[in-house]
Amino acid sequence: MGISAEEFRFVADLIRAEAAIVLDAGKEYLVETRLGPVAHQLGLGTISTLVAELRTRRNPALLTRVVDAMTTNETSFFRDVQPFEHLKRKVFPELIERRRAEKKLSIWCAAASSGQEPYSMAMLLRENFPELAGWRVEFLATDISTQVLAKAREGIYSQLEVNRGLPAPLLVKYFRKHGLEWQVDSSLRSMIQWREFNLASKTFPPMGPFDLIMLRNVMIYFDVPTKRSILGNMRRVLRPDGYLFLGTAETTINVDDNFASDTLHTACYRLKAA
Amino acid sequence: MRALVIDDSAVIRTVLTRILTNLGFEVVQAAHGKEALERLRGGPLPAIALVDWNMPEMNGYEFIRSVRASSEWRDLPLMMVTTETEMEQVVKALAAGANEYLMKPFTPEMVEEKLQILGIKGS
Ligand SMILES: C[S@@+](CC[C@H](N)C(=O)[O-])C[C@H]1O[C@@H](n2cnc3c(N)ncnc32)[C@H](O)[C@@H]1O
Repeated sequence: MGISAEEFRFVADLIRAEAAIVLDAGKEYLVETRLGPVAHQLGLGTISTLVAELRTRRNPALLTRVVDAMTTNETSFFRDVQPFEHLKRKVFPELIERRRAEKKLSIWCAAASSGQEPYSMAMLLRENFPELAGWRVEFLATDISTQVLAKAREGIYSQLEVNRGLPAPLLVKYFRKHGLEWQVDSSLRSMIQWREFNLASKTFPPMGPFDLIMLRNVMIYFDVPTKRSILGNMRRVLRPDGYLFLGTAETTINVDDNFASDTLHTACYRLKAA
Repeated sequence: MRALVIDDSAVIRTVLTRILTNLGFEVVQAAHGKEALERLRGGPLPAIALVDWNMPEMNGYEFIRSVRASSEWRDLPLMMVTTETEMEQVVKALAAGANEYLMKPFTPEMVEEKLQILGIKGS
């Protein structure tokens, strides 16, 4: 049982208002496959009943479930490899050099999903920059989806997930196996602070400033005005000599020309000198 | 680039061969460790060997130890591809000289990502 065009429009508007995620015509199947199980789990039967429920009254818990279900959380450890090489060879060495006096680093993963990206960075730091042990490293990881955040916080992954992109020596060193699942050890987990955060918030709350922001593979779901507004906000929380990473297929070009790419062939950006 | 696929299951050999061929490798197969050593003796050094753990004649663990103990092949990159999924096994394989460890079942992306970790490309 599909949803009607009218119901689709209602859901699309709702998701756009809540999370800035754009659901173009043709994405009906996505709404059906994602919200069908939610309707079922909540005992509402069909998506139509779920939509009717959303319409009748403001129910924050239900809204959270629906937004959660409509996010795409695809991720993996050391996704795309190359950005992490760039972090290791260039970004962290430069930052450590420049922050040697303050001995403080501030990092933000702004669409952390189930945690593979922040944990990859945490492992990269531990493995390559032991001198940071004596520094204050503030590491914030956020996402709009409470469900993925709960998973990220626990740091528990399936075999399929640890099979993806995670070097075996790091699996052995930083994970423990419980039953069929693998858990990140507590020393890595305690490096990271997890918080719910909607990037589409008009203005960001007081936060940062950050030396490094990861904003990877999330802006693809937004329209250009939203991207522009987010990059504008990012400029305000990024230190003038900081770094911003986008997904490998994403760019600031034609969205916000205050950024320049750091090195060709990486999705690493820096603020142009004012 | 040549890849050596070592597994006693013909199905797994076929699946891995297809994945590696798509990545640009020329694939050589062996059904167990002994046969794999013969393949190594008979041809140029592969860029990578993907090796199952449990096989007749000579298992993957023994194969890895022989390769690492040899003078000609000891630098050959080795990836264990196995249904053994306990931490002790991963530790043991790495200690014996495996460079990577992939747990079955796997997808083509996983194989590709593991090769990327090792910095090994097909063509
Ligand atoms: C495809 S994942 C990317 C994860 C990771 N950064 C990576 O590159 O592998 C996209 C994430 O963005 C989150 N997301 C979507 N809309 C968001 C919003 N408005 N604010 C914050 N996070 C959002 C989703 O919940 C999802 O976890």
